[in-house]
Order: sequence, then C-alpha cells, then structure tokens
Amino acid sequence: MKKAIHHFSFGKLMVYLFLILGGIIMIFPFYWMITGAFKTTLEIQMFPPRWWPASFSLDNFKEAMRMAPFGIYFINSVIAMVSCVTLCTLTTILGSFAFSKLNFPGKHILFGLLLGLMMVPFEMIVITNYRTVIDLGVYNTTLALIIPFTSSIFYMYILKGFFDSIPDSLYQAARVDGCSNWKYLWRVMVPIARPSLVTIILLNAISCWNSFLWPMLAVVNRELRTLPFGLYAFVSEGGAKTELMMAASTIIIIPMIILFLFARKQIVNGVARGGIKG
Amino acid sequence: MSTQERKKSAFSLTVMRIKAEPFLYLAPFALGILVFTLYPIINVFLMSFKENFNYITKEFSGWGLGNYQYILKDPYFIQAFKNTFFYVFIVIPISTCLSVVIATLLNQKIKFSGLFQTAYFLPMVTSTIAVGLAWKFMFNYRSGVINYLLNCFGFESLNWLQVTTYNFPALCIYGIWAILPFTIILLLSGLQNIDPMYYTAAKVDGAGPIKSFFRITIPLLMPTIFLVLIINTISTFKVFNELFPLFNGPGVSNNLFTVVYYIYYQFRVKMPSKYGYAAAAAVVLFLVIFVFTMIQRWIEKKTKD
Repeated sequence: MKKAIHHFSFGKLMVYLFLILGGIIMIFPFYWMITGAFKTTLEIQMFPPRWWPASFSLDNFKEAMRMAPFGIYFINSVIAMVSCVTLCTLTTILGSFAFSKLNFPGKHILFGLLLGLMMVPFEMIVITNYRTVIDLGVYNTTLALIIPFTSSIFYMYILKGFFDSIPDSLYQAARVDGCSNWKYLWRVMVPIARPSLVTIILLNAISCWNSFLWPMLAVVNRELRTLPFGLYAFVSEGGAKTELMMAASTIIIIPMIILFLFARKQIVNGVARGGIKG
Repeated sequence: MSTQERKKSAFSLTVMRIKAEPFLYLAPFALGILVFTLYPIINVFLMSFKENFNYITKEFSGWGLGNYQYILKDPYFIQAFKNTFFYVFIVIPISTCLSVVIATLLNQKIKFSGLFQTAYFLPMVTSTIAVGLAWKFMFNYRSGVINYLLNCFGFESLNWLQVTTYNFPALCIYGIWAILPFTIILLLSGLQNIDPMYYTAAKVDGAGPIKSFFRITIPLLMPTIFLVLIINTISTFKVFNELFPLFNGPGVSNNLFTVVYYIYYQFRVKMPSKYGYAAAAAVVLFLVIFVFTMIQRWIEKKTKD
C-alpha cells in the first residue's frame, strides 16, 4: 500500500514537471516579446541573451510611436472591430431568429445551402471581394474594412443552435398573449441567449482584432491601417530595430491578453463548442 | 370597390405581411452573404474558366481549362502545393500527439489548472503577426535564444531565417506552437465527455496510468482525435499569415510559396494581376478543403449515431 502511494506521488510530480516545462515553452515568446520591448539596442544583440532588461524605460514604445502612427492604427483597429462586431451580431440575431422560430418557404433548403457555404475558405472569395470593394467605390476607406464582415454563417449557425434549444412552447405562449415577434426576440430570446451571444461576440472580436490578410488588401493609405498590418508594414518598410518591433507587438497583444484573462472560460467554451472561424 | 373586395384586399395584405416578415428578419444577414460570400464563390468558379481574363474591361478570350493547365505546370504552384502538403504532414501529427498528452495531463485533478490553461491557451487569441515577430527574434542567427539553447546542448547555431534549408523547419516549429492551444481545447472537451466510470473500473482491475491511457483514453478519444485531425488539416492547408512576420513573404529565395500565398501572389503581387490563375488556384484549394470537410461531416454523423 505504501509503495502504491509513493508511486502515485512520483507520477504526479512528473505530471507537474511536464506541464510546467510545456507551459514555459508556450508562454516564452510572450515573455521574450515583452521583456524585449524594454531592452536597449545593445542588450538585445547580446549573446548569450540577457534574460531580464536592465531598466524598464518606455523609450522603445515612444520611439516606435514616433516612427509609425501606432496610436492611429490602434484607433482604426478599435473602430473596425466595434463596427464589425456590432453589425455582425445584429444580423446574426435577426437571421438566427428567422431560421430558428419563423416559418417561410424554402427554409430548410436555404439553411442547408448556408451550411455548404460555411466550408468555403475566406482566402478563396477574397479575390472577388477585393474587386467588389473597388467597384463599390469604398476601396481604401474604413468602410472597406467593415462591410465584408457584416454577416457570418458560422456565428449564425452557433446562435441558431442555441435558439433551437429554447422550447417552442414559450414562443407559442407569447404569441397567444399577443406578443409580436420583434418584442419576443428582444425581450425573451436575446436575454436567455446572453451566454451564447457573449461567446460569439468574443470570438468575433478576437478574429477582427487579429485579421491581417483583408486589411492588407483593402486599404493602402497609411492612416487607414489597422494594427497587425500596420505592424507588418512598420517592419517590412524600413528595417525597424528588434526592440522597437517588440514594443509595437506588445501594444497589439496586450488588449487580447487582458480580454483572455477576464473571459478565459467563455472563450475556451466557445472554441470547444463551435471550433474557431478558419 | 365593394365591401367584399375591400375585405379581400385587406386579407391579402395581412397574408403578405405574415409572409414577408421572416424575410425582413433575414434580409440584413442575407445581403452580406449574397454580396460577400455567394456571389464571390460563383464568380471565382466562373473566372477560373475564363482565359486571359481582364477584370477591369471584363474581357476574356474564351472559356476553357487554360488557367488550370497553366498553374499545374507553373513551378511556383507545384512548389506551393508541395510545401503546403509537407507543412500539413509535419505540423499535424506532431501537434496532435503533443496535444493528446498535454490534454490528458490537464484533465487530471491538478492544482493551478487555471494558470496552466492560461499559459497553454494564450497563443490562440494573440495576433499571428505580433507573436511571429517574437519568434523571428527568437530565431535570430546571432542573438536568438533558440540558437543559444542549441549551443547549450552542444549543437551549432543554425541560420533559421536566412538559409533556405532552415526556413521550412522554422515555419513548422512556429506553426506547431501556434496550433497547440486550439487542438488541446478540442481534445480536452473530448476527454471531459469520457465517463469516469471506465477509469474507476480500470483502477479496480489494477491498470496503471500508462495502461489506462493506451487502453481507455486513446480508444475513447479516437472520434475527437479524427475530428481534430480533419479540422486542423483544413486550417493548416491555408498557411499564409505566418510567412510574413518570419520571412517578410515566401522565404528568403521565394522557396516557401504556399497555396494561399500563390493565390495572393497571382492577383496582388504580380503585375499585371492574373485573376484567372488566382481563381484556378483558389478552386484547387477549395476542392482539397471540400474533400476534408466531407470526411469531417461523415465522422460527425457517425459519432452522433
């Protein structure tokens, strides 16, 4: 019996050692980025590398902001993210409600078609969308960053799944009481579906904030760039120093790290339930 | 108008209102899908068969398979397809094996599980570009921490970013790291669906943790593992963003073309843009993803039954 206990705790120790080592590897690039953002040019080129910056001055952040308008990029990213998420959430709520509770001819065929469309990679349709924003005359404007993302089949599919789980008897009862569809949706369905809505809003916000390919295609003017593309342009256009690169990268990831620390459970559950948008 | 007629028209008006209502709810959603998903797909398919297509004048010389014939002979496309295939072939097995082990361990009763989860899942929410730059810094030939570790273990420094041979391994290492969080999460939720009774029974039978891992965990987790394999194959097949922070594009000597980069190259980098070639490559990408999606849906259906 004693032997078994001993064996057990040795196993536990190995589990912890493995998990800690793996955790360090996973977290290390973030550590390296953030400490790198505080190092001087000399420190950053040292070999063997310095594990900790000599001082925590904000000079690199100031210098990066001076070399490229990261403040403007930040504002652009916030505007694009808030607009995309707001519009997409609205169309998703309305669309999911129609598919879940309302009846109209061709509903099932239409829904099946949408499921089929869900597998189409964004990288495929981007060719046409690029031309479409040009033809619509919104190329190289903030609007171009927003309009292709006003509806999402993926989020509609997730929310419809949740709406379906709300019993129809509730809906019938409300209709008998003279409650209109509109009122029922906003007074009953949306409050009940709040956890699901929070999840799709979080997932959508993350993917908007990090999107790179589309902003790179849709805008050319410097003052319209969003953070990831702005950062890449900063690096590729004029051989930025490593420590400045790390400072600028830190600016981009901090909001998402904060979001993750506060909403880890919702984000993880959302990903586990629906996968992530490709 | 007689009363009867008036009644009739009022009636048909309400019928119309009832019938129109669902479509009003659907309209904003449908508009976005029609313009930015359905139309582009049809358009890309058609475009891939239009030879010498000029998007601005909308002129083309005729319908045919010319674009496909061109890309299938284009060394860049062949290279792109090979690279993408090898990338999937290396990243998927390694990341899946690691994830199965990590997810199993995270699923044990451990202390600080919140802290561990935060560490393991964080890469999922952070920008590929920003974190990729941190990796670029780590891969640096002279001052990079990865070469420092290699030296510590008695290996020579490798020029990961500037020598063609090492570009691909660097991309794979970053790709594996980046895909782990998502994979672990899916496997973890699969593990949580396994009835703990199986483990209790195994313990009673005297099976150790290693034995129960291979005899219970792996077989019962198989459907989830299959699902993860397919989903990850689809997403790694679209490898693209990772190329920019590490190499400012497709490797030091254009050696790291991927399928999606090829599409981007044909309609955006090349002057003048070759929309036909880009569309044909996009259709090839679509076909690959289509096949894997069908397998995925088949597995999902089978596991549900």
